[in-house]
Amino acid sequence: MEFNATLLGEVISFAILIWFCVQFIWPHILNAIEERQKKIAEGLAAAERARAELKDADARVAEEIKKARQQAAEIIDKAQQQANQILDKAREDAIAELNRQKAAAQAEIDSMAQRAREALREQVGALAVKGAEKIIQREIDARAHKALLDQLAAEI
Amino acid sequence: MASEAQQGGLTEYIQHHLTHLSPHVSAGGFWSVHLDSLAVSLVLGVLFVLWFWATARKATAGVPGKTQAFIELVVEFVDGQVKDVFHGDRRFLAPLALTVFVWVFLMNAMDLLPVDLLPWILGKFGVGHFRAVPTADVNMTFAMSLTVLVLVIFYSFKAKGVGGYLHELFTAPFGAFPLLWPFNFALNLVELAAKPVSLAMRLFGNMYAGELVFMLIAGLLGAGSWALFGLGVIGYTAWGIFHILIISIQAFIFMVLTVVYISMAHDHH
Repeated sequence: MEFNATLLGEVISFAILIWFCVQFIWPHILNAIEERQKKIAEGLAAAERARAELKDADARVAEEIKKARQQAAEIIDKAQQQANQILDKAREDAIAELNRQKAAAQAEIDSMAQRAREALREQVGALAVKGAEKIIQREIDARAHKALLDQLAAEI
Repeated sequence: MASEAQQGGLTEYIQHHLTHLSPHVSAGGFWSVHLDSLAVSLVLGVLFVLWFWATARKATAGVPGKTQAFIELVVEFVDGQVKDVFHGDRRFLAPLALTVFVWVFLMNAMDLLPVDLLPWILGKFGVGHFRAVPTADVNMTFAMSLTVLVLVIFYSFKAKGVGGYLHELFTAPFGAFPLLWPFNFALNLVELAAKPVSLAMRLFGNMYAGELVFMLIAGLLGAGSWALFGLGVIGYTAWGIFHILIISIQAFIFMVLTVVYISMAHDHH
């Protein structure tokens, strides 16, 4: 162990090394590290935000789907109602038309029956006259006895 | 190495290796220098500074390269250690700790080179003596620890003021009674002196002893028997691997104690 000027030289170089490190090395490296730490923190925060936004969007989408489903159900309901209304109306119309047709047919039948009855009555009248002619063996003045014959026909 | 040991015996081999390269080796005295310690420490210091500086200049906050990542690892490790001990502005103390740690580590690591490698290479150029491990030179370790002492005193004054620190020197730890002043002062001086001495002697002792063990084992290699040669190779390897631990721990201890001493200077009694 001997102390000599080496000590002095080493002290000086040590001091210079410290100064250089303080001045030129440490700040640069620490800056880079701190900036990266900030970037990482920001990235993590952004990821967190994105996750929250995604959750929000999911909730909104679910809401929208629910609403759409509800609307669709309403539309179907309304359509069903309308269809029922149309069906009902058609049925009513059909029934009315049927009744009308039925009434018209009935009327025609009635008038035809009436006409037939009239014709029958006339024929019966004529037959009765012929019968009477045969019975009394003589010509009956059809004109003279018309009133009688009409009365007879009406009674039949 | 073998020839040296055979010619002059182990003692001479070791003595040869323990002699510094110094222009005034025979004269001694204060104004001679150990050129080997100075050269190796300066080369390593400059290497450290240039390497870190080059990386620091290109340092990016984006994806770091492998070199930058490694240096960041070291820097964050040192910064973390300083943060644990010292709660204040780290803009000076942390880079100081980094310098101490890396420089001491690099100088210690010279111990891992084969003990004869540098002396043998430099011997080719006519350099007679060369000790490759600057931290096994008491001048080197004391140079650092005395610088630390200066910083401790500087920060004591800075943190407590001239009056405050002087007051503390004379009144702590026994009390402010005037009769106790000499005892307080003497105790504080001893405490102050113990710091650089223990700091320097611990590192010096460890590295010097490590170097010596390497030399003893290297002496086995040249002992002339194959069995001893094999033992020497195994021993050298084992001690070398163990020494990786020692050089790291010593560098770490030197750094941590430096930080502790300087942060203690900020504390009030």
